Amino acid sequence: MGSIADISLVLLSGLKITLIVLLLSIVFSTLIALVAGLSRVSNHLLVTKFTGFYVEIFRGTSLIVQLFWFSYALPGLFNIHLGSDIWVAVLAISLNYGAYMSEIVRGAILSIPAGQTEASIALNFTGFQRMRFVILPQAIRMMLPEFGNYIIQILKATSLVSLIGLTDLLYYGNIYRSTHLSEAPTVYLLILIVYFLLALPLIFLTRRMEKFAKKGVVHG
Amino acid sequence: MTWSWDVFFHVIPLIFKGLWITLGLTIACYAFAMIFGFFWVFMNRIPWKPVNWLFRWIAEFIRSTPPLVQLFFIYYAWPAIPGIGIALNPFAAAILGLGLHFSTYTSEVYRSGIESVEKGQWEAATALNLSVKQKWLHIILPQAIPPTIPMLGNYLIIMFKEVPLASTIGVVAMLHIANDYGAQYYKFVEPLTVVALFFLLLSYPSALLIRKLERKYNRRFDKRTATL
Repeated sequence: MGSIADISLVLLSGLKITLIVLLLSIVFSTLIALVAGLSRVSNHLLVTKFTGFYVEIFRGTSLIVQLFWFSYALPGLFNIHLGSDIWVAVLAISLNYGAYMSEIVRGAILSIPAGQTEASIALNFTGFQRMRFVILPQAIRMMLPEFGNYIIQILKATSLVSLIGLTDLLYYGNIYRSTHLSEAPTVYLLILIVYFLLALPLIFLTRRMEKFAKKGVVHG
Repeated sequence: MTWSWDVFFHVIPLIFKGLWITLGLTIACYAFAMIFGFFWVFMNRIPWKPVNWLFRWIAEFIRSTPPLVQLFFIYYAWPAIPGIGIALNPFAAAILGLGLHFSTYTSEVYRSGIESVEKGQWEAATALNLSVKQKWLHIILPQAIPPTIPMLGNYLIIMFKEVPLASTIGVVAMLHIANDYGAQYYKFVEPLTVVALFFLLLSYPSALLIRKLERKYNRRFDKRTATL
């Protein structure tokens, strides 16, 4: 079983890129989701329409198409060079999942009963105070389990970055497979196991957040 | 590289041909996922805990690992497994891979539908001395499936957007045609934009339709259904 150790070593060199893309994508898609989600419940019609347009475009097309599009269009069409393909991948994944997750932010904010808004207006809160101290603290606990689910989706999406030439887990796996054809089952099973090990803490965290979100909330 | 409208209009008919393959593959994968979803539900209802536990974790494993790697496993690795190895063509591999991946999602939808049938209905079926077949066909499933239709519709749209993954194992659908064209003429952006537009043109109206269905079912069943 020496080959398992060999293959693991090869795969390990790709783990770094997978983790970097994963962490950056989680951070940026959450930020985009919060900004876009808040914009969609804003009172400015222009802001709402523009964000709605962004969300529908990115939810309506496929991530793999977006990834290829950005990797060719950014340097070619717009002459934008981000320095590394890592940023192209992070940009595509974050814009895509940011659009999906913004719907959760919007849904959670809209699910807060109108009485909460009315009460904070009665208490003479400013719009910012109302969001910051009344609406968001109640909305965020509802968002958390859904965010957890999407973070697992982001983890799965990071496997696509090998297609634009990033040297991640799957990239090294494919290289190894191309020279050791008979080892292909071990290679891909190991890759799947690595992804599952990365997903496990996220799965448990999501389940805990589901419990946390339900705690002390009356479901009508 | 500058944007060229000539190329843009030139590739529309080329990629339109791939649209039918993408749609056909979507339906095939979806049918597989719909049918195989019942397998996981069935395995979870076998009254023996270790089996439930085993199949729940197998489903969890498939659900939380990338479908792209699963496709590669089925296409490249499965034929190399001694004894049980079968070499599949790209189409069959894509249907099996994506279908299996999404069956773990449809099974959750079925499960939530079945669990939402009130306890009294189960008890009434038993009290009326209905057979297992009668209970499922006439009492449980007619109440469990309709509320899940919007959710299942959502998965159809998600499936449609995941099908381009199959281009990586050589299924010649929209994305593959676009990448081939790009490699030949070094024009990538125009064909990829056309692909994106086709996706948008189909998935956006479908999403609107699903939202309408959702509202309709929410009214009819007077309860909130989870959406994606």
